[in-house]
Formats: sequence, C-alpha cells, structure tokens
Amino acid sequence: MIIKPYGDTLEDGKIQVSFVLPVADDERGREAAAILARKMGLEDVNVAHAKGLDTGFTFYVVYGSSVHDVDYGAIEVKAAVENVMDMGEVNEFIKAKIGRKVVMVGASTGTDAHTVGIDAIMNMKGFAGHYGLERYEMIEAYNLGSQVKNYEFIQQAKAVNADVLLVSQTVTQKDVHVANLTELVEMLEADGLRERVVLVCGGPRISNELAKELGYDAGFGQGKYSEDVASFAVQEIVQRKLI
Amino acid sequence: MNKLNLDDKKIAQARKYARNVAEDTQNFIDRHTTVAIERSVCRLLGIDGVDSVGVPLPNVVVEHLVESGLIGVGAAIPLGAAMEKWSLSPQEVAEKIGEGELDLSEIKLEKANKISEKIQKLAETAVNQIKSNRNRRTELLAKYGDKETPLLYVIVASGNIYEDVTQAVAAAKQGADVIAVIRSTGQSLLDYVPHGATTEGFGGTYATRENFRIMRAALDEVGEKLGRYIRLCNYASGLCMPEIAVLGALERLDIMLNDAFYGILFRDINPERTLIDQSFSRQINGFAGIIINTGEDNYLTTADAIEEAHTVLTSQFLNEQFALMAGLPEEQMGLGHAFEIDPSVTNGFLYELAQAQMAREIFPKAPLKYMPPTKFMTGDIFRGMVQNALFNMVTVTTGQRIHLLGMLTEAIHTPFMSDRALSIDNAEYIFNTMKDFGDEIIFRENGKIYSRAHKVLDEACELLAEIEQNKLFATLEKGIFAGVKRKRDGGKGREGVFEKSADYFNPFPNLLNKS
Ligand code: B12
Repeated sequence: MIIKPYGDTLEDGKIQVSFVLPVADDERGREAAAILARKMGLEDVNVAHAKGLDTGFTFYVVYGSSVHDVDYGAIEVKAAVENVMDMGEVNEFIKAKIGRKVVMVGASTGTDAHTVGIDAIMNMKGFAGHYGLERYEMIEAYNLGSQVKNYEFIQQAKAVNADVLLVSQTVTQKDVHVANLTELVEMLEADGLRERVVLVCGGPRISNELAKELGYDAGFGQGKYSEDVASFAVQEIVQRKLI
Repeated sequence: MNKLNLDDKKIAQARKYARNVAEDTQNFIDRHTTVAIERSVCRLLGIDGVDSVGVPLPNVVVEHLVESGLIGVGAAIPLGAAMEKWSLSPQEVAEKIGEGELDLSEIKLEKANKISEKIQKLAETAVNQIKSNRNRRTELLAKYGDKETPLLYVIVASGNIYEDVTQAVAAAKQGADVIAVIRSTGQSLLDYVPHGATTEGFGGTYATRENFRIMRAALDEVGEKLGRYIRLCNYASGLCMPEIAVLGALERLDIMLNDAFYGILFRDINPERTLIDQSFSRQINGFAGIIINTGEDNYLTTADAIEEAHTVLTSQFLNEQFALMAGLPEEQMGLGHAFEIDPSVTNGFLYELAQAQMAREIFPKAPLKYMPPTKFMTGDIFRGMVQNALFNMVTVTTGQRIHLLGMLTEAIHTPFMSDRALSIDNAEYIFNTMKDFGDEIIFRENGKIYSRAHKVLDEACELLAEIEQNKLFATLEKGIFAGVKRKRDGGKGREGVFEKSADYFNPFPNLLNKS
C-alpha cells in the first residue's frame, strides 16, 4: 500500500512545518522559506505565517503537499520484544526456565539526575498502573538512583552478581547520552562482563534501533513499562543461556 | 487582595513552627563552615584564576588549608598572616601555594582581634563593589522604570555562552524581562567553579564568572536600546552554592535560584553541607539585592500536585525562615510553586488557582516565582500551548511576580528561539486581555477554590508541627519532601564540612550585616 499524508482528501499529501531562518523578515526571507520547503519535498508551498524574532531571525509556518510517498507494506520494524508477558507470566517463566531469581540493577547514569523514568520501571509502585520490577516475586531489583557513574554502576552490578543491567538516560542535548552509553559498553567489554549480562537502556528519546547501534541488547522509550523490559530480559537470558 | 479568608492565627502558627525548625538548624549551621564557604571568602578577597594544571586558585588555597589542618580557623586569618609576613596580595599567596613555594602551616596565626588590617580593607573593598552593583541596579530600574505586571522569565540553555547571548538578546527584544542561563548537567556536583568563557555544556551552559560577565554586558546593552532593565538569573546551588552567589553579586546578577533543600533532594548533596552553604549564600544574596528563587516547584515533578500540595507550602514557610535568618528580606524571596496538576483531573484549574492565590495571600511581599507545567507536557505541542495558556491565566489572576514561561516543546528539547517567542506572545496576549480580571472576581465562600486553599494550609500547619517535633534532619530522612529520603551523613560533599575552631574568623558576615 502506497501512502501519503492526509489533510482532508486521500493522497492530498498535506503537511505543515515550522522553523526559524537566520534572516530578516522580508520578501526575500519568505522566498527562502518557500525554497527550503520545496527542497524538503513539498509542492504548492504556502508560507502562511512569518514573524521576525530579532533583526536577523524569522519564524515561518509553511504548508505544502508532499511529493513523496511511502510503501507501507514493505516496512519492517523490529520491536525489542515480540512476546510481552504480564507480571505473573514473567514470574512463571522465570520459575520454569531459569529456576532462580533474576537480579536486575538499574540507574540513571552519568550526569543525569532524572529518576522518574527508572523509578517508573523499577519501583514497587510503578507507573500509570504498571507495577515496577521490585514487585516481581522472581526478580531481585536494585535501583541505584541517579547520577551514578558508569564505573560505580559496574561495581555495584558485580557486587550483587547482576544478570540484567538497566540504564536510564533522559538528557540528550549534544548527544551526551550517546557518549555516556558508549562508555558503559566499552567499560563492560574491557571488564569481560558484556557477554555475561543482558544490557538494556531506556528513556524518552531512546529507541530500540539506537540502543542496538550503541551495543545494547535492547532499548525502550516512552509508553514502555516493567513488563516490556522484564519480558525481554528473561527471554534473552534463556536464549543466550545465561542461566 | 484577601479573597480566601485564610485564618491569620493559623498562618502565624505555621510561621512559628517553621521559625523553631530554622532556629534549631541554625545552631548547627553557625558552628560549621565548608570548603565552598572558604573558597567564597578567597574569591571575595580577590583570588581568581587557575594554577598551571587548571585548578581554580580558591580551590588550591582551601585544599591547602584542609591538608595543613587550618580549615577550622577559616581562610581569612591564614591569608592575612601570609600577606603580612611576605608582603604579598592574596592572589600572590594563592599563586605561590599553587607552585608549592609557600606553606601556610609555617606561619603563626594571630587571634581574630588582631586580624590583619589589610584583610579587613580588602573585605571592605569587596563589599563596596557589591554595594555599588546593587546601587547600579537600583539606578537602572529607576531610569527605565520597573514593570508592574508579572516578569516574563525565559531560559537559555544552548551550552555555548555566545549562542546563549544571541538567544537572550532576541528574547529580550520579544519581551522577556528575565533571562536565566540554565547550567550544564553535572555542574552542581563539581566542587569547583569552572573558569573562563565556555562553549560546551549539556542541557545548559556552565556558570563561570566570565560567562556571567558576558551575559550581563549583552543584557545591559540590549536593555539600553529597549529602555528596559533585563534581569539576569543563574543558579546558586550545588556544591558551589556560596561561591556562585559571590560571583553573581560581583557581576550584578539579579536573581539566583537558591534553595535550602533542592540540592539535598534532587542532587543527593549532603544535607549538612547544603544547609550550611545556603546560609552564607543568602547573606550574600540578601546584601546584593538579589532575589532568590526557591525550588518547591520541583517537588511536584516526583510527587503528586494534589496530594502533596501542602509540602510545597510547608517548604515555602521553611525557606522563608531560613532566608530571614540569613538577613534576606521578604521582598527578595521568590518562593517557588508550580502549575503541575494532571490535566485529566476534573476542576484541576480551580485547584491551581487556589494554590496560587493562597501563596499570594500568605506571602504578600514575596516576589513569588511561578513555574509552568512541565511534568504533564507531552509531544503534543498543540495541547501544550493550551496548558501554558491556562497557566498564564492563573498568574495574571493571582498576581504572581516571576512568571517562568512554559514552552510548548518542554517534553522534547531545551527551548528553540521560536519556542520562546511563541510563549512570550501567548503570555503577553493573556496578560493584556485579562489584565484586571483578578480584581473583578471573588471566590465563593466554602466553594471549591476557597475550601481547597484552607485544606492545604491546614495540612501544611500540621506537617510543620510534626517537623518541629522531629527536627529538620530527621524529616529529610523520612522522605517528606518530593518523596525523597536523604540521610544526614549521606550524599555528596560531606567531606567538605568542618567544625569551626574557637578562633574561626570570616570578615564578611559582620560587614554584610552592618551595611
Ligand atoms: C521532571 C523533570 C526534571 C526533574 C527531575 C526530577 C527527578 N528526580 O527525576 C528536575 C527538575 C530535577 C529536572 C532537572 C533537569 N532537567 Co528535566 N525534566 C523533567 C521533565 C519535566 C519530566 C521528565 C519525567 O519525569 N518524565 C516522566 C517519566 C516517567 O518518563 P520517561 O523518563 O520518559 O520514562 C519512561 C520511558 O522513557 C521509559 N524509561 C525511562 N528510563 C528507562 C530505563 C529503562 C531501563 C527502561 C527499560 C525504560 C525506561 O520508561 C518510563 C515509563 O514509560 C522533562 C520534560 C518532560 N515533560 O518530559 C524535563 C527534561 C527531561 N529535563 C531536561 C533538562 C535539560 C534538565 C536539566 C539538565 C536542566 C538543567 N540544566 O539543570 C536538569 C537535570 C540536571 C541533570 N544533572 O540531569 C530536558 C532534557 C532535554 C534533552 N532532550 O536533553 C527536558 C526534556 C526539559 C526541557 N525541554 O528542557 N528535570
């Protein structure tokens, strides 16, 4: 199936974009906005709004119709987990296939001070009606909090013999999360630990693709809860024979 | 102004509990100093710059004092003695310590009453410089006239001070009254203040003296063109709280985030350290005429805004008393609160209105700082505009003073130039179209708004009674604020806390109090 954006008529391709150009608010600036929109693949371009923000900066709202389309049927996405189990099922799975408690250590690492995300996954109370890992009978969960240095994180994980490491990253400006996540993988590899653990990261701007690219086993973003990550981790343990 | 008919006796009672808590804690505070306070003293005495490996000289001096067991007397006496003995300036003393050419433990320390006159002179010079900054601000505000309506506060956070200037200048032209330069992640846990102009920060820009100077100059310049005084704001928080307060006072910042508990709760800084540091910081801020902003709004990012509303009020009462003890007047207390009720709550807007009106009535002189929705902002930027509009309506209706503008892209990134411009337009529209709305309405007695405010005050009063019983440190251990528990001896920076010895001396508290 070939698709285009929908305004009010199928295949009209309607799109809105807004952006700032570092130019004055005048005719030439508007034309620059229109040219840019055409280069983005829009036709019937309408620069609907222009407003100067400073002498050399102008804000534009532009409408147009996309010349591009997408072959929807040909898309393949790989979700981190195909088979999501609920809390009870995860516990049963662990009892049946692993036969001992699974140890999970989580933290918001590096300089990141945001805890709400990792707490949502780990704390007893959970988030939006989804209980956290601490409530899982067959999971021993350690939430180390925020601003945990990678080195410390690894030390703590070793101390409790962790099977699963959970890393939360919220601040992404200037790719600070990429640098920090990469450092952890490198340190784990140097320590010979990488192959022995399930390594997962998460946060509002983390996708499964990004996580894999950085050397993680999976990544979870918004709208993911403890059951998603628990389901993934326990199946991964079994699959990789980390029992 | 008085629309909620709150019980004056209850308010007075709450203040009394808070006063007792603060006094009890102040006893502990007064007996201690920290490495950050002594570095602040060094900076006030003119020590600046870094050594050959880039360590700031105030750190070099204070580390030397710690190693040679002199920290208990404070930095001023040993520095004064060294100046006398070797005829050096404090800066030269610091440089020589840095080069390993000078050892302060070699000198015999004089008692405080024989303190070097040179030190006293230098201290007075610093205090005079701060005073002249304060006067300069007053002059400029008189020249341009100050705004009566809420101050529009926006943040810049590019990580690069020069890019920040571009954004700040544009924002000022669009109508912003306050520019806050958000700090880079991680700065609050640095036990030193970085040096020089910086161009690489994450989620914010490093607070350095040079960055302060660059932004101050840019805002003065654009302010002159616009005929408005543009206020500059930064963060006197984290492990360098008092040092940043000093740098802000010396470079004429106007507003400083400066909370007694924020570092403890949200950065896991040692409670003793933060409480001692906030006291000296607020003495500086008080004297410099800098408005402090407290951080109660943050509680609602981890705790529920309906259930925990009274903890915000409780903390405001405590912050107020700690600030008063440091000599900071009510007119400079930008007590914080926030519009953070879940948008799906029926009548949520009424409860926001109740909380804001209540804060206004309980702290009538305080330039309250009101924070926009953040936690319930999502990728739906269009709904975000509506949330921000409702927030703007509460501010104009209840007369908040420092209005931190909500950004439609809050859940996505630190603000773009256009995000700021859209928020300023939104606020200006609402502030104008609803200008006198607050004067035209009253709240129905025992109605939803009225009752909500009474309930929050009652609960805050009860909680303060409990804190008075348990004392502050034990309260922090119990997780009363923001649902976060902090041990008295836990957290970062505890090793920088020292008991004052009998002959401890710091020339500044006296000078600041006198003037
Ligand atoms: C609350 C908050 C804070 C609070 C944090 C309190 C706390 N203890 O956590 C406070 C006020 C302290 C704070 C501070 C800062 N913040 Co903040 N903050 C937010 C805010 C408002 C909400 C974040 C939140 O709690 N979301 C709710 C949780 C549940 O969602 P979540 O994290 O996405 O988690 C879910 C998933 O992602 C996933 N998940 C998350 N982690 C993990 C981990 C694993 C293993 C798994 C499986 C899943 C998973 O599961 C969760 C449930 O579904 C956002 C704005 C917003 N509305 O998003 C800004 C925001 C995140 N903050 C931001 C910034 C810049 C900061 C500061 C750096 C500002 C500064 N310069 O001082 C500081 C942080 C300093 C530091 N050292 O990190 C920016 C980040 C911009 C960026 N993309 O880089 C945002 C987007 C605001 C903005 N627009 O500027 N912040």
